[in-house]
Amino acid sequence: MSNEAVLHAHEAAVHQVHGDHHEHHHHETFITKYVFSMDHKMIAKQFLITGMVWAVLGGLMSVLFRIQLGYPDAHFPWLQDILGKWWVQDGRITPQAYYALVTTHGTVLVFFVLTAGLSGTFANFLIPLQVGARDMASPFMNMLSYWFFFTASLVMLSSMFVETGPFSGGWTAYPPLSALGDASPGSKTGMDLWLIAMALFVISSLLGGLNYIATVLNMRTKGMSMTRMPLTIWALFFTAVLGVLSFPVLFSGFILLIFDRNFGTSFYLSDIFVNGVGALPNEGGSAILYQHLFWFLGHPEVYIILLPAMGMVSEILSTNARKPIFGYMAMIGSLFAIAVLAFLVWAHHMFVTGLNPFLGSIFVLLTLLIAVPSAIKVFNWLTTIWRGNIRFTPGMLFAIGFVSLFISGGLTGIWLGNSALDIHLHDTYFVIAHFHIVMGVASMFGMFAGIYHWFPKMYGRYLNNTLAYIHFWVTIAGAYMIFWPMHYEGLAGMPRRYYDYSIWESFKQFADLNRFISTIAIIVFATQLLFLFNFFYSIFKGRKVTQQNPWNSNTLEWTTPIRPGHGNWPGEIPEVHRWAYDYGKDGRDFIPQTEPIGADESHH
Amino acid sequence: MMTAMSTNEQKRIHPHKFTLWVGIGSICMMFAGLTSAYIVKRNQSNWLEFDLPVSFWYSSFVILLSSVFMHLSVKSFKAREISRYKMFITLTASLGLVFALLQWIGFTALGNHGIQLLGQGSNPAASFLVVIVCLHLLHVAGGVIALLVMLIKAYSSRSKNYSSVSIEVVSTYWHFVDVLWIYLFIFLNWIK
Repeated sequence: MSNEAVLHAHEAAVHQVHGDHHEHHHHETFITKYVFSMDHKMIAKQFLITGMVWAVLGGLMSVLFRIQLGYPDAHFPWLQDILGKWWVQDGRITPQAYYALVTTHGTVLVFFVLTAGLSGTFANFLIPLQVGARDMASPFMNMLSYWFFFTASLVMLSSMFVETGPFSGGWTAYPPLSALGDASPGSKTGMDLWLIAMALFVISSLLGGLNYIATVLNMRTKGMSMTRMPLTIWALFFTAVLGVLSFPVLFSGFILLIFDRNFGTSFYLSDIFVNGVGALPNEGGSAILYQHLFWFLGHPEVYIILLPAMGMVSEILSTNARKPIFGYMAMIGSLFAIAVLAFLVWAHHMFVTGLNPFLGSIFVLLTLLIAVPSAIKVFNWLTTIWRGNIRFTPGMLFAIGFVSLFISGGLTGIWLGNSALDIHLHDTYFVIAHFHIVMGVASMFGMFAGIYHWFPKMYGRYLNNTLAYIHFWVTIAGAYMIFWPMHYEGLAGMPRRYYDYSIWESFKQFADLNRFISTIAIIVFATQLLFLFNFFYSIFKGRKVTQQNPWNSNTLEWTTPIRPGHGNWPGEIPEVHRWAYDYGKDGRDFIPQTEPIGADESHH
Repeated sequence: MMTAMSTNEQKRIHPHKFTLWVGIGSICMMFAGLTSAYIVKRNQSNWLEFDLPVSFWYSSFVILLSSVFMHLSVKSFKAREISRYKMFITLTASLGLVFALLQWIGFTALGNHGIQLLGQGSNPAASFLVVIVCLHLLHVAGGVIALLVMLIKAYSSRSKNYSSVSIEVVSTYWHFVDVLWIYLFIFLNWIK
């Protein structure tokens, strides 16, 4: 079925599909163009900007709880004036607010920023452009996907304003804390809103994921075989597969949780005594059951966050090193291996839940196996830029930063993957350091790389380079200064999620270190505002793009007009004759995918 | 352009059909999650064993029959026998409703036998049955709604539609929901 049929499905009854040209003269109103848009490029921008709003809110939350951790004795009366009594009392973040902040920071960053904001943005933007399609397989479902996400955002945001506060039992929402309204103030209305928001979010991801898969497999242009696709598309494809297979399992976990909360069932609850309420009648449930269902999503989720960044980094490194990607097939193979292994390692989050040690050892083996494809990818990235003719564009710097962070964070993953070491390290700051570097900051770097690289395609203007370089250097230095010291704290046994470490004899020694980390966190957060300014200023006032292909890149998105309309290509969709990585071949700097193989050309 | 384009793309499956298949995979994962949770929970203490109500047997027969009608309605659509198509599609949707009714009767029968399904004192075994069966029922309801939409389309004189894509998509979904129930029925009968 052709691209045209999909794009014109809604108007096919009205008029015949027109002849040779594809100039569209839709009468677009503000509402159909910017709000309920079905153009994948506009939906991508909607995802991006919503994600950025959440990144600011989530980042601000981390600044607030870092203030508590870094300055436990200080009083900030002005914070109380801004946030109100529930959040701040006597100029100090309240314990209830601290847990609410930690929980919401985690939920928002993992799901709303690094899932919706990252793969929502770039899958929508890049898949049709890079495979040569006029739009997604179902533009309408694509629009629904965004609006489900938007509604989920509103519900999650509204939970900040309820009287009992947002949910505060950690982003994993383990029962019984999440299942019993009497367990804590945050488990009342806040948890209901959290569950509704997450259910809507799952629907949004599924609608999006279905579309991404269908588009990649069905809507590629002529000549675009699977092995000619840029690695971005491969990564986004595997991301979508992971999401489509793992989010439903999380959903079933949530359904059981909803029944336990609201219909008195005992799936997760057994023999519980709540202070002030007394013994509960629930019997026969298992709280560990939830953990299995949660982490069956939860671990693939890590790769849902990481794979898009990996794909974009591969593309950006190759383009800006002016060299073909090293080991294209190995890159695809390792993406595939990671996608498969993602489903087989969930119990490494549960080593100390009383898991059978023999079973644990199997999960150790499978977990450590992930090091193999990860190492292949790192090797290939390094060999791609090795002796390349590197252009240090901001996008390239963030891509290199990603590789650096992925190595640093990946190495500690080998520690944590061992069930024996995990007895000491689980739930300490070592874990915080590990996953923030390898998943959080690394993926943020992938996202920044993507934004800097594709901003000219998105808005027809460039971002300011000076601001971008300041943004990069402060952020990479800050990321290491924030998370590196946390490894030492974790090795010393400092547990995560505590409200105040200054009252613990064992952890008093870290008071200065915690203050250092908090100070850097505030500086890094302030630097992100610089990026925000750059982003929004450049949309309207940035330097205009005058060349169709500003990075001299091979992929199809740069064959569209500088500001492509709905349908992407004004004429025929170009035909593809080669893979995406013919850089520095036969004495030529780059050969776009649309150029036929020459007679005297060495065969790839 | 359409013809030139479709010559080399004719072999490819329609994107909407393909999307449905991926969606089916997704629904399968949800029920795989629930049924594996069921197995895990069953192997732990405090599991109530009971027989499935008789009306679940009838409902299985009804949904199988509805699939036959579904198949016949696609055949008549392709043969351009629109009145037969309308009849079969109505029959299919009605059987979907009968299926829902029979499930309801089944749960009432369980309740009459003193098996508490939800609320204080309920056993996870019974609650699991409610969650799994009702979630499946929701998917059947989705199918019935899709069939009603098809019926309205067939009756509306404003647009004439000769493409069988939408009815094929609905039919694939309906057969899937049928097969899913048969799987669940065997699973729940066998492992209890």
